[in-house]
Amino acid sequence: MVTEKSVEPFRGPIPESGSRHPLLPTPYRVVKRVVETDTVVTLFLEALEGGNLTFRPGQFNMLTAFGVGEIAVSISGDPLDGGPIRHTIASVGAVSHALCSLRVGSLVGVRGPFGNGWDLTGVTGMAGSATQDVVVVAGGVGLAPLRPAVLELLKMKEEGRGRVVVLIGSRSPDQVLFKEELDVWRTRGAHVEVTVDRADASWRGSVGVVTSLISSAPFDPHDAFSLVCGPEVMMRFTARALLDKGMHEDKIQLSLERNMQCGIGWCGHCQLGPYLLCRDGPVFPYGGRLAELLAKREL
Amino acid sequence: MRDLPMDVLISRHPLLAGLPNDILLLLAGCARNVPFHAGTLLLSEGDTADTFYLIRRGRVGIEVHDPRRGRVVVETVGPGSVVGWSWLFPPYRWHFDARAIDEVGTIALDGACLRTKAEADPVVGYELMKRLSNVLLERLQATRVRLLDLYGDGKVS
Repeated sequence: MVTEKSVEPFRGPIPESGSRHPLLPTPYRVVKRVVETDTVVTLFLEALEGGNLTFRPGQFNMLTAFGVGEIAVSISGDPLDGGPIRHTIASVGAVSHALCSLRVGSLVGVRGPFGNGWDLTGVTGMAGSATQDVVVVAGGVGLAPLRPAVLELLKMKEEGRGRVVVLIGSRSPDQVLFKEELDVWRTRGAHVEVTVDRADASWRGSVGVVTSLISSAPFDPHDAFSLVCGPEVMMRFTARALLDKGMHEDKIQLSLERNMQCGIGWCGHCQLGPYLLCRDGPVFPYGGRLAELLAKREL
Repeated sequence: MRDLPMDVLISRHPLLAGLPNDILLLLAGCARNVPFHAGTLLLSEGDTADTFYLIRRGRVGIEVHDPRRGRVVVETVGPGSVVGWSWLFPPYRWHFDARAIDEVGTIALDGACLRTKAEADPVVGYELMKRLSNVLLERLQATRVRLLDLYGDGKVS
């Protein structure tokens, strides 16, 4: 969990002699490319030299599209599978569009992993009951950084932990990420619900905002915690809906996005009040100062 | 399982939960159990709006027919929700279709009956309007969020 602190200059590890400088990208090759929707692509990346990096659910890498630029992209793979690093990218700007357009065999620069990731200690019993329910709420491509957490939570559930509830909001049925995998999650015991903003009559699921799924979702709000990722407005509304349902604000984690550039707390571009999101986040508990900070227009 | 009295049934719906027993008994006089098979219409655009549905189980799609796109689902509502507002205000005509997506269990409340009782007893009317306004507010806020079209736009070549 993050404790409040004033923004300080970089105080992370200074690169050791012979180790790679944290601002220097490592070359990776695209070994597989999956078109998830007409706006989202998943790239599978393998290091040209040495092994692939290890990461925790919710962490991100800085990806370089050579000749275009660098952006922060969450890791969407399974932390335990040891295979290529998986990034699910929405084409929303010049760099993300360039990354989404890469083909198998292309080179990508990778720095990371950065950030704190999701705090899953609540599930393992270290922060309360060992049977806590977990409510994962995703909006749009926000499901990508939640996927590693869901996979880890499902493994915990198989060991007898609490319920895993996954609530997904999407623009339309064709924009829902990892559609086939959602059925696998269901067969593994997760309660998965999808709602879309608009649909024709062929859609058998829900239509409406993702917060509308919270009231009837099967979890005990007094003994549950939540992981939320999506557009910031959606996260604010979701946090309030979870509070209304009775969940404590410290049990709600949000993954925030700002203009991350260095990834290691040097440049200050991703500052949110007293926090540098790349260093102190991107995952924060909604309790403490976060609700207030998110409501400040100047930030 | 033996059927529960209607005042008990409606007291278990979130819209009416917590109302005093005398009001529940009064409203129960306007209520009846109505099930719908999947695919059938609860109400149809342009028809007289004379009923208000408390959803007990299943999901209902609020739809509009577009000549170009066919049936467009505007919103879905599930157990604990309500369907139908147009019985509240003249000219009492439905503005949308509402169709059962699954097997749906409802409690149908007669709109004219409710209006009469609300007019005759302002306490009942005020309680009903407070609760209905809260649901309308939630729907309005949810609709505003959807208008933001938060989930982005872009194309991958």
